[in-house]
Amino acid sequence: MTDNGVLIETKGLKKNFGELEVLKGIDVQIKKGEVVVVIGPSGSGKSTFLRCLNRLEEPTGGSVIFEGQDICAAGVDLNALRQKMGMVFQQFNLFNHLTILENITIGPMLVKKESQAEAEQTAMRLLGRIGLADKAKEYPSRLSGGQKQRIAIVRALAMGPDVMLFDEPTSALDPEMVGEVLSVMQDLAEEGRTMVVVTHEMGFAQKVASRVLFMDEGQILEEGTPDQIFNHPRSPRTKDFLSKVLDVI
Amino acid sequence: MNIWEIFVNYYDYFLRGTRTTILISLITVFFGFLLGCLIALLRLSKNRLLRGFAGIYITVLRGTPLLVQLYIVYYQLDFIPFPKTTVLDVALDRALPCAIALSMNSAAYVAEVIRAGIQAVDIGQTEAARSLGMTGGQTMLRIILPQAIKNILPAIGNEFVTMIKETSVIQYLGVSDLMYNNGIAASGTYNPLPCYYISGIIYLILNLVAGKGVSIFERRLKRSDR
Ligand SMILES: Nc1ncnc2c1ncn2[C@@H]1O[C@H](COP(=O)(O)OP(=O)(O)O)[C@@H](O)[C@H]1O
Ligand SMILES: [Mg+2]
Repeated sequence: MTDNGVLIETKGLKKNFGELEVLKGIDVQIKKGEVVVVIGPSGSGKSTFLRCLNRLEEPTGGSVIFEGQDICAAGVDLNALRQKMGMVFQQFNLFNHLTILENITIGPMLVKKESQAEAEQTAMRLLGRIGLADKAKEYPSRLSGGQKQRIAIVRALAMGPDVMLFDEPTSALDPEMVGEVLSVMQDLAEEGRTMVVVTHEMGFAQKVASRVLFMDEGQILEEGTPDQIFNHPRSPRTKDFLSKVLDVI
Repeated sequence: MNIWEIFVNYYDYFLRGTRTTILISLITVFFGFLLGCLIALLRLSKNRLLRGFAGIYITVLRGTPLLVQLYIVYYQLDFIPFPKTTVLDVALDRALPCAIALSMNSAAYVAEVIRAGIQAVDIGQTEAARSLGMTGGQTMLRIILPQAIKNILPAIGNEFVTMIKETSVIQYLGVSDLMYNNGIAASGTYNPLPCYYISGIIYLILNLVAGKGVSIFERRLKRSDR
């Protein structure tokens, strides 16, 4: 990590899908302990941005520096970097053929070469924290969406990541389950974890974010504290977007 | 001679032919599966050349008649000195090229089944595994294949059952399988029709038994489906 506490930095980050320019040069710094919430209309490139941070998408141009290392540099140990960046997906993506416990231990055991006992101990402690220790031996198909997403968060946490990336973690959930997932995320934020969260949950953004990025058409159009963005937006696009999403709520 | 008399007089031929058909089928299933896995791997590889080769292989082997493939393999490989011995009434110098041709053909179908089974696993499973820092190999072995196998095995089972019938082409190269021996009985009795009935019934029984085996296997899999 660099001295100024910057964990992730993107410089002129660009991503094209064929002719389509999805990211048009993103410059962002994410400091250790920050909770950065990314909002913006659907299709504006939020997921692509997040997925470029751990190179699930290959950037077309610019760079992503994580803990001082360019993740696109030749010879970089991508798998070693990825274990330090936990990712939580909209569709949970739990491993369907593994029990909850195995879902959580497989990463630490395969990637970090932890012993089974060690990995299971961590897993049970984390499961206890979210009140799902009794589900350890169940398969994902037996769980509700909210439970699955909390397990997915724990699966990422078990790797001991330095940053957690969330891509609309509550968008696939029934409304009554959104709260349980957001409260786990809020706990993580209060622990001082570095988080990058793409979400449409404006209440969460207002309450938990240290900084909000408004993304539109592949660019960061505006950024600031939740108060600046939600109460004093400068750009008309931000105002327009907020009036639409806040109307709905 | 009626059908029963023919069977009594020629059952020795029918049974030996059946044995050969079963043996060739098992050999084909085994090597077809191994080669099929390899072709599927090439088909899914990142290397465009390997991928292209596997694609052409599958297209050609599925797009031409098995009998044509059989003759091509037989004559193409005539530079290889296959042993001129006979094992269980089967002449190896004829049976081996047949086994190669059948395995190559079976592999093309198996490869497609495996590819489809692997690609049917949600891409999100791969992304979750890679985001934890797993390598491509670990992801394939520990996450994708265990899930794909449940789509793959039943389809491969059906492939194998079909293969039993397909082996009947090897009679044309003089391998003494069921149809070859059927021919001996037919010309010996000057009464082909009952012979074909007998062979038909034997093929049907083989298929039903193999099909039953596959479905028992499938049920086992389902039971372990947690
Ligand atoms: N793999 C892909 N191939 C082609 N186009 C894509 C791909 N992924 C995303 N896109 C396109 O990129 C744009 C931004 O997508 P995305 O990052 O998912 O936006 P958001 O998450 O803000 O809704 C969309 O127009 C989408 O259709
Ligand atoms: Mg998205």
